[in-house]
Amino acid sequence: MTRGFRVLFVVSVAALSALAAGALSSLVLLAIGASPWATFVTIFTGPLSDPFTASEIGVRAVPLILVALGTAVSFRSGVLNIGAEGQMLVGILACTGVALNIPGLPGPALLPLALIAGALSGAAWGALAGWLRARLEVNEILSTVMLNYIAAQLYTFLLRGPMIDPDELMTGSGTPQSMRLPRAVWLSRLFPGTRLHTGLLIALFLSFSVWVLLWRTTLGYRLRAAGAEARAARYAGIRVERSLVSAMLLAGGLSGLAGAVEVVGVHHRAIEAISAGYGFAGIVVALFGGLHPAGIVPAAAFFGLLLVGADMTQRSAGVPANMVLVLEGVIILAIVSAGMFLRNPYAEERAARLLRRLFKGRPARIAVPGPSGEGDP
Amino acid sequence: MSSAEPIRELALCDITKRFPGVVACDRVSLRVRQGEIHALVGENGAGKSTLMNVLAGLYQPDEGQILVNGAPVHFRTPADACARGVGMVHQHFMLVPSMTVAENVALGLRTLHRPLRLDLEKARQLVFRVSDRYHLPAEPDAPVWQLSVGEQQRVELVKTLCLGARLLVLDEPTSALTPQETDDLLKRLELLAGELPVVFISHKLNEVKALSHRVTILRRGRVVFTGDTSGTSTAELGALLTGHEVKPARNEAAEGAGAVVLAVKGLKVRADRGHLAVDGLSLEVRAGEILGLAGVSGNGQRELSDALAGLRPVEGGSIRLGGEELAGAPPRRVIDRGMGYVPEDRHHEGIVPSFSVTENLVLKDVAAPPFSRGPFLRLRAIEEHAALLRDRFDIRCPSTKVKAGALSGGNIQKVILARELARRPRALLAVYPTRGVDLGATEFIHGQLLALRASGAAVLLVSEELEELIALSDRIAVVYRGRILDIVPGREATRERLGRLMAGVAA
Amino acid sequence: MIHDVLALGLPFSVGLLLAALGENVNQRAGVFNLGCEGVMSVGAFLGFLPSYLFASSALLPFAPALGFALAALAGLLLGLFFALVTVTFRAPQGIAGIGLQMLGVGVAGTIFRHFIGGVIGIPGVAAWPIPVLSRIPFLGDVLFHQDPLVYLSFLCVPLSAFLLYRTPWGLRVRAVGTHPRAADTMGIDVARVRTEALALGGALAGLGGAYLSICQARMFADDLVAGRGFVAVALVYFGRWTPLGIMGGALLFSLAQALQLALQVAGIRFPYEFAVMLPYALVVLVLALARRSRMLGPAALGKPYDREMRV
Repeated sequence: MTRGFRVLFVVSVAALSALAAGALSSLVLLAIGASPWATFVTIFTGPLSDPFTASEIGVRAVPLILVALGTAVSFRSGVLNIGAEGQMLVGILACTGVALNIPGLPGPALLPLALIAGALSGAAWGALAGWLRARLEVNEILSTVMLNYIAAQLYTFLLRGPMIDPDELMTGSGTPQSMRLPRAVWLSRLFPGTRLHTGLLIALFLSFSVWVLLWRTTLGYRLRAAGAEARAARYAGIRVERSLVSAMLLAGGLSGLAGAVEVVGVHHRAIEAISAGYGFAGIVVALFGGLHPAGIVPAAAFFGLLLVGADMTQRSAGVPANMVLVLEGVIILAIVSAGMFLRNPYAEERAARLLRRLFKGRPARIAVPGPSGEGDP
Repeated sequence: MSSAEPIRELALCDITKRFPGVVACDRVSLRVRQGEIHALVGENGAGKSTLMNVLAGLYQPDEGQILVNGAPVHFRTPADACARGVGMVHQHFMLVPSMTVAENVALGLRTLHRPLRLDLEKARQLVFRVSDRYHLPAEPDAPVWQLSVGEQQRVELVKTLCLGARLLVLDEPTSALTPQETDDLLKRLELLAGELPVVFISHKLNEVKALSHRVTILRRGRVVFTGDTSGTSTAELGALLTGHEVKPARNEAAEGAGAVVLAVKGLKVRADRGHLAVDGLSLEVRAGEILGLAGVSGNGQRELSDALAGLRPVEGGSIRLGGEELAGAPPRRVIDRGMGYVPEDRHHEGIVPSFSVTENLVLKDVAAPPFSRGPFLRLRAIEEHAALLRDRFDIRCPSTKVKAGALSGGNIQKVILARELARRPRALLAVYPTRGVDLGATEFIHGQLLALRASGAAVLLVSEELEELIALSDRIAVVYRGRILDIVPGREATRERLGRLMAGVAA
Repeated sequence: MIHDVLALGLPFSVGLLLAALGENVNQRAGVFNLGCEGVMSVGAFLGFLPSYLFASSALLPFAPALGFALAALAGLLLGLFFALVTVTFRAPQGIAGIGLQMLGVGVAGTIFRHFIGGVIGIPGVAAWPIPVLSRIPFLGDVLFHQDPLVYLSFLCVPLSAFLLYRTPWGLRVRAVGTHPRAADTMGIDVARVRTEALALGGALAGLGGAYLSICQARMFADDLVAGRGFVAVALVYFGRWTPLGIMGGALLFSLAQALQLALQVAGIRFPYEFAVMLPYALVVLVLALARRSRMLGPAALGKPYDREMRV
């Protein structure tokens, strides 16, 4: 098809799917008596109205970027990791545990240690599912989802029990949360008066690193090959099972780090609902960003906007926070459907054929051979 | 379904069908009458299967129409074509393997059941009736996956006839049969042709000459010839088919019997289904020789190839490359020791389709210098390598950044061959290397194999094209039921002799 | 105590069983719907709704039936929606399923929280003891003294077997999930059969969810379904795509859950969270052990079908 038609096709598919997503969410909003227009306006413009809420976008974006990077690595390696929630929780636990239980270690040493602990435990949690997939062919979507629930229970148990803040026990309020982390371990704030912290720099640095990893290293090459066509990778001597586990180690590690960063950067203690759905939102961010760091960073900013905006609508318009799940689900479905249209060469042909039939008067455009090298000698 | 009226004449008029980037059929016309066997001939990619799929209702033609008994018909779905009596027997059988013959037939019968209860008995009776009438023995309660390829093909024919076919279209019917099974099939087709028109698609010119009354030749999606078969010689057909005089590569060089490079002894390998597909197989390939491996597909070739490449566990026996034992070694070690492999499934095993041509050309060597330094890729070296290979192997593509999966079959094969040969292997295993590849690329590939032989490597060529094997091989081994039945020197190999061996008849 | 575990465990399996039987039909046709969790959530909410709305009206006795009907209808519609995405648009089924899950859980939660919120109990459905059989010592109580939905759902096991193996539609479903191109060449509309399967699967998942809220928990909350939708999908693998195997798996899972409760009631000290963890860990274990069954699954499972794909 001519280039002009191609551009038109892509734009219309994207626009149609955005419209469909918007329409579906509007239906839900109407059902609860909220005005879709007002809600969307609040969500998209509310956060930008004042510097603090605008900085909150960055705060939300940090864990989103990290989880999305991990998701991108795993998806491109052929493993559908849905376990970021659980990997984050495990990372939070390890990070908090290390930060609170190594007395006497100075901040500059303790902070990296705590972060690494978070990453490593997330990596281990992810590697478990990876090993199950590689060795026992267990569907990784199911196993990671189950591991999410297990991790959630483990988290609650530890926060209500062994890791609970002794103060809570004394005052009798029993809020499940850990002790406050020592100041030395906190990530510094980038701008006074906001919660935006140096974790953002870590996230941006890792975005660059993941790009280098996937497209500039031999490990990345092997991961992508195993994800794109496992049979060919195996044929070429690539150890596909090892790739799967490596991918899950990386993905879990990034998610675990996301959790650790949230603890030392934002809340400074482990609390309930800390992961607040970042695990799932990160997957949506990854898909929205085309599984590429260059797309993930802006996508994370966009979703940060959505999350902060959704909070605002909860307070102002009384739209419950669950609405975010609806938006995320609808966006996934829209992206995934649109993606198929864009990737399927036949879809374009059929669309062109349909248009031709509708406008029979128009002279039909003869199909120009596309970039497929139809090189028959 | 069985109430369709007989088809006395079927005509395809100016059918045009386009796919993204290619015109598969370009104003193709074809006419077949009752009592006639019409052969549709062309190279792979010439448009034969596409044309027949249009007839079967699987594809929609962009232009042109189909006329049955003079009246235009429009097949929007396979159901329409079926209802009108078009009976298609596909090259890759359209049988559900886990179901029985009767169940497969029942799938196509819409009018035979009470709505809620499946009536298999009626289907079984139908199978018996058709089977008797047309002399095509088929057992209704046999699960399809247990049947041999020849038996499955008979079942396909029976099924098509059960569903009320008034016209038979057979797509490459003999591609998986031994020469003897082929003769058997051709005889049955002659009987069938007395009752209904038959169209068969083939690229095997001798079969076309033997069986058809009329022939239509397609080249690059266009009809280049339509006429009576009896008035045209095989050579003329071949020339029309390819557009130029066919000069097949031949192995004329003297037998260079060098040292044994690849030695397989008593090899035992299990198939997916659990039985021993390779059962005590032994062969030797010497430096500077091409050893052809002939045999009907399904006699252990796939398992042998997988085992040689380290992709399948070995139950017993040994594989020695240059004296070193490699049975059971992982693919990486086999590759590093100098074994090249051009696999059967070029699209999903030989290349990563979504990777660029450049990336595919370093698929096996990416982790070592010069293509990487430490953990990092050296992109410049990789690009230069790709440009070099593209020229040397005449890979036709707009640029090496193009996704390899988008290339034509012949060019994909060139990419694979380029990669394997650039590694200067000690031994090369090539499995069906020219299957589905147009003649120009085939000639090129044959030339490369001969050049490799001349340079002193050992080549094991697995193929189902007897002509190819006879032309290229120094010796030809015939595999039957997982063992080498006999090895025939190239000069003494004939189609008949090989055919007997392939059917299990020892010399 | 065994008696209590059994008596509790049996009704626990209903939600799972219905959803899993529905998912089995989907998978036999070649589509796996991870959005089962979302469908169950919507079904749970709609099942709960009539009982809540009619709480103080004369229509209350009809509320459960209405709830089940609404849930089945919604499940059917969601199944059709999923078919649109995965069959018509040919989107990858795994991710699309997660999208549907989020959507379903989100919609149910949003509407619930907005209009109702909080813990509100509903009466549920009374048990219908079967006259003579329920008096059998020990087992009578367990097997024949349950609410009618339990009997119905276990009846669905032989019903779905009949549907799959003895009806023309079932034959088509199995063909479409194993070799869709063969089915297509014989005139079967692959997309339509898959859509019908997804609709039926969705309806059953909706019913399963409704049982959870109406009869089992007798209330609704955001996290009522708690992963059971995913467990239902796993059960299909575990049961090797046969209704009987799935029934076995559902019983196994729910007995584990009942065990957890019975242990607590009996005062055996066991950290609550670990007990809750147990069924999920069991699923992972079961998936790990059942790996060989992948070879027996429908050959075309998970692969979208496109007739125009150049073969």
